[in-house]
Amino acid sequence: MAADDVKLRVSGLDFYYGPKQSLFDVSLQVLTNRITALIGPSGCGKSTFLRTLNRMYETLPHARAEGEILFDNEDLLAMDPVALRRRVGMVFQRPNPFPKSIYDNIAYGLRVNGTHRGAALHERVEKSLRRAALWDEVKDQLHKSAYALSGGQQQRLCIARALAVDPEVLLLDEPCSALDPIATAKIEELLFSLQDQCTLIIVTHNMQQAARVADFTGFFLLGKLIEFNKTEVIFKTPAKKETEDYITGRFG
Amino acid sequence: MRWRTVWRKLVNYTMFSLTGVCALVTVGVLFFILGYLVWHGGSSLSWAFLTHLPTPVGEPGGGMANAIVGSGKLLLLASAFGIPVGFLGGVYLAEFGGRMFSFVVRYTADLLNGVPSIVMGIFAYTVVVLPMKHFSTFAGSVALGVMMIPIAVRSTEEALRTVPLMLREGALALGASKWKTIATVVVPAARKAIITGIVLDVARVAGETAPLLFTAFSNRFWSPGWNQPTASLPVMVYTYAISPYDDWHRQAWAAGLVLLTLVLVANVVARVSVSGRSAHL
Repeated sequence: MAADDVKLRVSGLDFYYGPKQSLFDVSLQVLTNRITALIGPSGCGKSTFLRTLNRMYETLPHARAEGEILFDNEDLLAMDPVALRRRVGMVFQRPNPFPKSIYDNIAYGLRVNGTHRGAALHERVEKSLRRAALWDEVKDQLHKSAYALSGGQQQRLCIARALAVDPEVLLLDEPCSALDPIATAKIEELLFSLQDQCTLIIVTHNMQQAARVADFTGFFLLGKLIEFNKTEVIFKTPAKKETEDYITGRFG
Repeated sequence: MRWRTVWRKLVNYTMFSLTGVCALVTVGVLFFILGYLVWHGGSSLSWAFLTHLPTPVGEPGGGMANAIVGSGKLLLLASAFGIPVGFLGGVYLAEFGGRMFSFVVRYTADLLNGVPSIVMGIFAYTVVVLPMKHFSTFAGSVALGVMMIPIAVRSTEEALRTVPLMLREGALALGASKWKTIATVVVPAARKAIITGIVLDVARVAGETAPLLFTAFSNRFWSPGWNQPTASLPVMVYTYAISPYDDWHRQAWAAGLVLLTLVLVANVVARVSVSGRSAHL
């Protein structure tokens, strides 16, 4: 395989909530247009790590990150966070549509950035809903409240909303944990189709999901990145004992 | 053992009756006041009452149109500066406050809320009426407006706090700045509760009499503009009720009925409308 570009290069990342350190010297590289999964038991720091990539931790007063993250060779930790979040989108664990119409939800990011208006906006909204495989289901009810949709549809709406601003990277924090298996399957299909336009990083509790979906997998334990490699390697021939124990279900 | 059971049942029954009676008294007082006002004031309530100016003593007819309009103007101007100040203060507390500063602001707002309304009247008298050298609608509005601020601050803050964090995070994650998140997601999500808070705030202040006694004072005629003393419903009730004229007493009842009706309607509408859909999944 030809050398892939590195989209995000993390080196020696430490993370603190006040005096308490929750990430220890994390280093990994996320390749462009690949799906990277982060697995590990509850509280291992994988969600904390994900949130450093779009600096969502900055809403908490005593949280700080130290180390280096390069985003296309730019210093991510020093960038303007608003500009960063337009390029690195996020989908959360529980669907969080705004109490607005379906159309206004998708259009929100575009309106806030002021980049699209009128017909161009309509086009973008339709395109995002199609990419999220939701267009056919909602095209006749765009002005209905987003809360009228089912859980799985709401999550796809949140994905469409994140895609509308055309992010280079999409972070997904356990996007299927609040959904039933059928909705989960739909979203996993969706992730494959998004891959060629977007770099995806997904945190998941579900190892089988990581095995199904991801090109690369990282295993976190107690705030440390124990192992990071191609998914096949992690699941079939893990190098570290902790990884093997987790994969085989001895804990977590 | 049987005695124990009997005693327990007796205590239960007594407490049930006692608490029930007190609850009934609470409800009963409101209905008693309302009933009394309807009984005494209902007969004086007429279209003339609502649309005519007061007539000199002894002349029949006459109404309180100027007091109704006066109260309206006072509340309008008071809201014009009390509500925005209170609202934005509440936004600050809910969205930006550091722990120490928020605590101080909240505590101060609660203290301000507890200041007796007549003291507010003295404050407005000193700050507005004395320099202007006359009573005015504007002075009355200052007194009422300042009273509206702490209520608006607390109700806005509480309304915004009910908006879940994940809505804010959703907006931030799309590249909205903090202020845009507040203006386009958080406040709209809480708008019902915020509006309810404002309506209740206005209704609360609508019946305040003491601060108007020496700011807006009173007026037997229309009060054009904002610089002249004006009649208001609560002050008219006061003036007419303590007068020696029966006709005026009847009109005082009617004015009290109008005032109470407006306040009750505002309260009921505000509370009913907020019990509907809320901003959660």
